[in-house]
Amino acid sequence: MAWSREQLAERAAHEMQDGFYVNLGIGIPTLVGNYIPAGMKVLLQSENGMLGMGPFPYEGEEDADLVNAGKQSITELPISSYFSSSDSFGMIRGGHINLSVLGGMEVSERGDLANWMVPGKVVKGMGGAMDLVAGVRRVIVLMEHVARDGSPKFKAACELPLTGAGVVDMLITDLAVFSRKDRHSGFDLIELAPGVTEAEVRAKSTAKFGSALS
Amino acid sequence: MATASQAGDGKVFPTAAAALAGIARDGMSIMSGGFGLCGIPEHLIAALRELGVKGLTVISNNAGVDELGLGLLLKSHQIAKMISSYVGENKEFERQYLQGELAIEFNPQGTLAERIRAGGAGIYGFYTRTGAGTKVAEGKETRVVDGETWVLETGLTADLAIVKAWKGDREGNLVYRKTARNFNPVMATAGRVTIAEVEQLVEIGELEPDMIHTPGIFVQRIVHGMNYRKPIEQRTVRKRGNHGVVA
Repeated sequence: MAWSREQLAERAAHEMQDGFYVNLGIGIPTLVGNYIPAGMKVLLQSENGMLGMGPFPYEGEEDADLVNAGKQSITELPISSYFSSSDSFGMIRGGHINLSVLGGMEVSERGDLANWMVPGKVVKGMGGAMDLVAGVRRVIVLMEHVARDGSPKFKAACELPLTGAGVVDMLITDLAVFSRKDRHSGFDLIELAPGVTEAEVRAKSTAKFGSALS
Repeated sequence: MATASQAGDGKVFPTAAAALAGIARDGMSIMSGGFGLCGIPEHLIAALRELGVKGLTVISNNAGVDELGLGLLLKSHQIAKMISSYVGENKEFERQYLQGELAIEFNPQGTLAERIRAGGAGIYGFYTRTGAGTKVAEGKETRVVDGETWVLETGLTADLAIVKAWKGDREGNLVYRKTARNFNPVMATAGRVTIAEVEQLVEIGELEPDMIHTPGIFVQRIVHGMNYRKPIEQRTVRKRGNHGVVA
């Protein structure tokens, strides 16, 4: 059985480590914040200029000057800090953020990521995604394994315009988890969702990958 | 010529329209601070709408929503070109873009911020990994150093920067509040003229010098804005007793 959105988020949260500074993208990646193990110190960065993002406010306590990169009202924590967009992307580009979790439209076997532009649809812009994948030390992509029409999204090569070339370190889909030891290596299949077989994952991918199932 | 009451008292101007008098003109480039609708110079945008200057190139991370922020200037067809990183929340923007009435240059958000920082700091350009191997790098100089590809991006300045701060003094020293800071301080450095609007205008000496985010040298004119709307784009709340990150 394929993993749910929540299970994808929970799986990604296993990659957190104590003391990490983490940027979570919009959509399923945002849910990862719900699964940070209790007692682990992880500070969430919001690229509009905040470290140490707190939970959504209680009704009536929203502050228009306090939003996350999804423009949602949030709260601050005692540990929080604020800074400008240029300092924020200095953190990102300068490799000070440990982990970035983003959504994807396509990932290639070389670790290319496409997630900002669909030909024929109006382009809304890349926002901070290109900077995140270029600068953050470790990049995890969460996505459905296949598109709505059943076509593979983990591919030999991306067809959509790239967000970054060779930038993905780990791919977590609703069917399986893939990782690689460095950005010059290929991906290995390391986990399967319950009841999913390696043959099924290969049939639903055009990417080549190794297998390191334990 | 502005009347005496409309002219500035030093850097302080009585209204956003007065602060823009003699500066706003057709075809100029304008940097506009804010992230989404958070920390936008709403009174200066409204005054630009009233002045009706056209053919503007606007540098701003986002383009507002249909009835708010820069969406107001789009609706009145005052903007010819936007330089932005993300414009997802504006249907009128989409319509004008598809009709070919509006040009758009997308920059990665960090590249946009750094181009503005460089522009304000007198740096011609910089090499960044951001965008290497993507459409963003097309037509730009690249260098390979130690096996990594770096893309040359150039500094950005504008004829005018309009920014919003929480507090400012008569010298133009500014303090921002929470995530309403965003692009405002960096844009303040990159306008040939920078006009700041503030929620609280205070006397010199009232701001702690150690706590100033934007030194007044970057600010030529300052306006005390009244009755801020400060809308929240995505109002998200949690129930009492729920301690989770997501409600």
